Amino acid sequence: MKILVCITHVPDTTSKISFTDNNTKFNSNGVQYIIGPYDDYALARAVELKEQSGGSVTLLNVGGSETEPTLRKGLAIGADEAIRVNAEPTDAFFVAKQIAAVVKEGSYDLVLMGRESIDYNGGQVHGMVGELLNMPSVSPVMQLDLEGDTAKVAREIEGGKEYLELKLPLIAGCQEPIAEWKIPNMRGIMTARQKPLKVQEAVSDETMTSTLRYELPPPKSGVTLFQPDQIKELVDALKNEAKIL
Amino acid sequence: MPILVFIESAEGAVKKSSAEAVSYASAMAAQMGEKEIIAIALGNEVPEESLANLGKHGATKVLQVSDERLNQGVIQACAAVLHQAMEKTGSDILVLAKSSLGDPVAARVAIKQQAALASNIVALPNLDEGFVVKRSIYTGKAFTYVKLNANKKILAVKKNAVDLKEDGNPVTVETFEAVLSDADFNVKITKVEKAEGEVLLPEADIVVSGGRGMKGPENWGMLEDLAKVLGAATGCSKPVSDMGWRPHHEHVGQTGIKVSPTLYIAVGISGAIQHLAGVNSSKYIVVINQDPEAPFFKAADYGVVGNAFDIVPKLTEAIKASKN
Ligand SMILES: Cc1cc2nc3c(=O)[nH]c(=O)nc-3n(C[C@H](O)[C@H](O)[C@H](O)COP(=O)(O)OP(=O)(O)OC[C@H]3O[C@@H](n4cnc5c(N)ncnc54)[C@H](O)[C@@H]3O)c2cc1C
Ligand SMILES: Nc1ncnc2c1ncn2[C@@H]1O[C@H](COP(=O)(O)O)[C@@H](O)[C@H]1O
Repeated sequence: MKILVCITHVPDTTSKISFTDNNTKFNSNGVQYIIGPYDDYALARAVELKEQSGGSVTLLNVGGSETEPTLRKGLAIGADEAIRVNAEPTDAFFVAKQIAAVVKEGSYDLVLMGRESIDYNGGQVHGMVGELLNMPSVSPVMQLDLEGDTAKVAREIEGGKEYLELKLPLIAGCQEPIAEWKIPNMRGIMTARQKPLKVQEAVSDETMTSTLRYELPPPKSGVTLFQPDQIKELVDALKNEAKIL
Repeated sequence: MPILVFIESAEGAVKKSSAEAVSYASAMAAQMGEKEIIAIALGNEVPEESLANLGKHGATKVLQVSDERLNQGVIQACAAVLHQAMEKTGSDILVLAKSSLGDPVAARVAIKQQAALASNIVALPNLDEGFVVKRSIYTGKAFTYVKLNANKKILAVKKNAVDLKEDGNPVTVETFEAVLSDADFNVKITKVEKAEGEVLLPEADIVVSGGRGMKGPENWGMLEDLAKVLGAATGCSKPVSDMGWRPHHEHVGQTGIKVSPTLYIAVGISGAIQHLAGVNSSKYIVVINQDPEAPFFKAADYGVVGNAFDIVPKLTEAIKASKN
């Protein structure tokens, strides 16, 4: 079983987001980077599957050299090797092209991704890779078990869950509770340094979109507080000011 | 050239988010001087009359692919149909609602059509400097303006991006024949577990959400009562679904469902940044929390400092009274 886990290198979920250069660049000053939380679930499940039935787990990131500490962390969690496609992840299409080339080259049986990246929030890359390789893709996946070459999957749908069976190879966009996040231990951190991290160049530079500028939401104007005995006044405000009820 | 809109349904009815997608397409068509807005519905679960009513929201024609196999949203099959429909109708723009089915379907159609795709769109496009859309990024903490460079475009629209148009007239529903192979259905759906008759969280205009301050699952009745008088969906914080007090599909936030309702009522939720990430595009936020220092008050429009167990039933009564 060859498993590929695609991870993003994203600002910690508590980060304050800001921009520089006239709102055209992300301000990484003081920002802590982590493995995308959904990708972290994918990785945790990949490591579990490997423990159960053997095989290997390869990590993949499309990004600049600044993402290597994040890849090393993934190696410390239990992946065997890592690949970095040395390129700025300019849009989902560009990233999907790179991932598809790696999947094809390495003939992976299972490709695990996060349901979405928490910076770009597209939820697109897994579907695009699936289509590029003519492989099924499912997302968001809450449960994934293997029986031979069949994957049994639970997918979240609006208001519930859907249970599916599909043949490998397969691409899944993962979310909780597929596995518990794993924290690297000392031994993991030590061995991670020796594990291979291969850097390769992009296979194409095609994109479909370009980012012009960023913007922050306008600040909230402040809260209007009501006393516990002023509930009627609250309802009036919702009715007359917010015009909701 | 016509604009195509993908219609999703739930429990045999057109989803409100899809009606919003039609309204979006209609407003965009007006900007561009286009006349034709073709809505396409997959499967045979929605009655013809409801499909015809998509005209009210701005559709000029409705297509239905009444293949029963399409009732269950199989991603590859839906993508195959939409690809064929774009080809046959000559549409170079596809609009759809962002959803758990819409996103992966859009991604596959984008590759088939060599189209530029943008998801999480929060406003009508700006056509002055090319085709530029505004999308929500960093889980609601920021926006970006993205230029779509391909001739064909796919737009996945977030809830509340435009007002729902309701002044159009019903239109005719035509059958669309799609060519589907078994390979398009290479996924076996073995079971579906779905809460019935509930307001779907991602679709809801009003959400009543509870956190750890609710103390236990046995206290959810009062939130459900409040939700009922409001016609709202219920949501919760992550610890609440982690502890199994509520089902996972109600978990709101960074790692859960992102909602953008008109009104979000948060009860006994502290307002951690990861929770706020899922709710910060709500139009109005009401917070009920006993701790005046709870961070949620900073993100709120209206707040009550006090005990939820005392305030929630009073609020339910006050809303009932105001409706009479
Ligand atoms: C990577 C990551 C991702 C995460 N993703 C999410 C996510 O998607 N969604 C999410 O919700 N969280 C998420 N979290 C967790 C988040 O950080 C918080 O721990 C969580 O939101 C807290 O939930 P809570 O507000 O219900 O509980 P608490 O923080 O325990 O707050 C309970 C609140 O209830 C109030 N309270 C208590 N009793 C009463 C009463 N009787 N009446 C009124 N108020 C009362 C208290 O004052 C308190 O403010 C994530 C964390 C991480 C690290
Ligand atoms: N630059 C990248 N490198 C590796 N994997 C990525 C990258 N961008 C996105 N992915 C994967 O694709 C998933 C969906 O991303 P997105 O479509 O951006 O929401 C992520 O959770 C990752 O698993």
